[in-house]
Amino acid sequence: MKKQNRISLALTYIILIIVGFIMIYPLLWLFFSTFKTNNEIFSSTRLLPEKFILSGYIDGWKGSGQFTFGYFMLNTFKMVIPTVLVTIISSSIVAYGFARFDFPFKNFLFTLMISTMMLPNAVLIIPRYLLFKNLSWLDSYKPFYMPQLFAFAGFFNFLMVQFYRGIPRELDESAYIDGYGSFRTLIHIIIPLCKPAIFSMGIFQFLWTWNDFFNPLIYINSVKKYPVSLALRMSIDSDASVPWNKVLAMSFISIVPLVILFFSAQKYFVEGVATTGLKG
Amino acid sequence: MTSRGTKHKNFKLHKKYEGLLYVSPWIIGFLVFGAYPLFASLYYSFTNFSMFNKPKFVGLDNYIYMFTQDRDFYQSLLTTFKYVLYSVPMKLIAALFFAMLLNRKIKFINLFTTVYYLPSILGASVSISILWRFLFTKDGLINGIIKKFGINPIPFLEHPKYALFTISLLVVWSFGSSMVVFLAGLKQIPAELYEAARVDGASSARCFFSVTLPLITPSLFFNLVMQTINSFQYFTGAVVITNGGPVKSTYLYMMMLYDEAFGNYKMGYASALSWVLFVLILLATMLIFRSSDSWVHYQDGGNAR
Repeated sequence: MKKQNRISLALTYIILIIVGFIMIYPLLWLFFSTFKTNNEIFSSTRLLPEKFILSGYIDGWKGSGQFTFGYFMLNTFKMVIPTVLVTIISSSIVAYGFARFDFPFKNFLFTLMISTMMLPNAVLIIPRYLLFKNLSWLDSYKPFYMPQLFAFAGFFNFLMVQFYRGIPRELDESAYIDGYGSFRTLIHIIIPLCKPAIFSMGIFQFLWTWNDFFNPLIYINSVKKYPVSLALRMSIDSDASVPWNKVLAMSFISIVPLVILFFSAQKYFVEGVATTGLKG
Repeated sequence: MTSRGTKHKNFKLHKKYEGLLYVSPWIIGFLVFGAYPLFASLYYSFTNFSMFNKPKFVGLDNYIYMFTQDRDFYQSLLTTFKYVLYSVPMKLIAALFFAMLLNRKIKFINLFTTVYYLPSILGASVSISILWRFLFTKDGLINGIIKKFGINPIPFLEHPKYALFTISLLVVWSFGSSMVVFLAGLKQIPAELYEAARVDGASSARCFFSVTLPLITPSLFFNLVMQTINSFQYFTGAVVITNGGPVKSTYLYMMMLYDEAFGNYKMGYASALSWVLFVLILLATMLIFRSSDSWVHYQDGGNAR
């Protein structure tokens, strides 16, 4: 029995290490390829470059048209940061209403909110596009943060409701006795206890908006406003001979913020997924 | 006395509607960004609306055209079904398998979790799609490695037989988020159950099918629903890696929808396409929900969810 256990444990390690290596290898390869010449990228399967050169980064950052890659990075932050902030504020408030108060049609509205989680984006985009066009929101980042300002993202509301439910109601009651109104109770008593949930929410919204390709493709049409997802797509679309080392270097740069976010907030990633089962 | 009574009543009324006040942003958001677009696209689907003319009611014309004359429609639908059938089971099996390995008492657990989880946060980005295109292209890294073993290069992206599968691999590679959901589910299985099974002489295969699998079904159910909904709408990889080709073998439904709406500006027809997709997703989800009674096992009897 013991021996069998040890063999199966050894097998577990072997599988985890081999597959883990396969999982991470493409990312390592991406990283080291950014220092290779265009020629070397295709002629060799070696991971490490013969000589570390920086021309991929230097030329890639300069960009080909009138904008540098840094400009597109800045655009992406301009799109992502407001979206993350309004999501946090709006969802915290709306979820508070659902978690702590009774009001007419509450259960109906809550069910409605949950079911929007399963509403495919596909069926909404055309009227949304036309609506945003009429409101002159196209080619701006409003289509990204305005829906979040009105807490449209059902899963974040749901995440917060679940978290609020875990906080004892006695805290609210004692705050009321101290003369706090419900809003002050939320700000001063409840929110400080919700840091993990708020972090999870912010991190996922950051990730999803940063990676979003479909919505920018629809709502953003001038290169001046392109986020990195569209800028990268443009760089491989422009002509037949793709300057791969430039493209790879910029691809790598555009995932660096995500990797930094991941390593600095790993705990919240895993917690957020585990408590609500959000997609990654 | 009366004034006091009304005051009290007002207070109660105030309390009653206070919650409504907090959720009111969502109600507005739901009406403007959810309900209105949903019904507007249903209405457009019965019109010949394009960017150049006002919507005119044409009855079922769009749907009739779709089902009887649009060749792309059937091709894309089939491609999308294939894609869902490739990616969802592979991803979930990989996720469950590695969740089980990581649930054992092993060292470096955090390192392993990091390595397996990291791809899932990057997988949806354009960057990784570019990397994929680059890895699997004719003279890319994968074929370079294959060549070393004396095998002929495989046209992963250049042949219609392999392209869709290669794209599915990208999604399978990012199984980490589903894995974490499974891991959370596995952690809730009491160790006594395994001990009891072992005392009864159950083999590890038996343990898996009689203890682990039934108790992990709530997580499996959740993952299955979410992954299915997402897979039907997959877009980024198909656009960036192969751009629908070769010979439309990766021309997924969302690409067709995008082209009709924003390439040909046939908003009415594209709305009809979007509703067909919506109904398909709904049917698939309902199928999973309906069948869940017979295979999803809740430890608390199932009333809590």
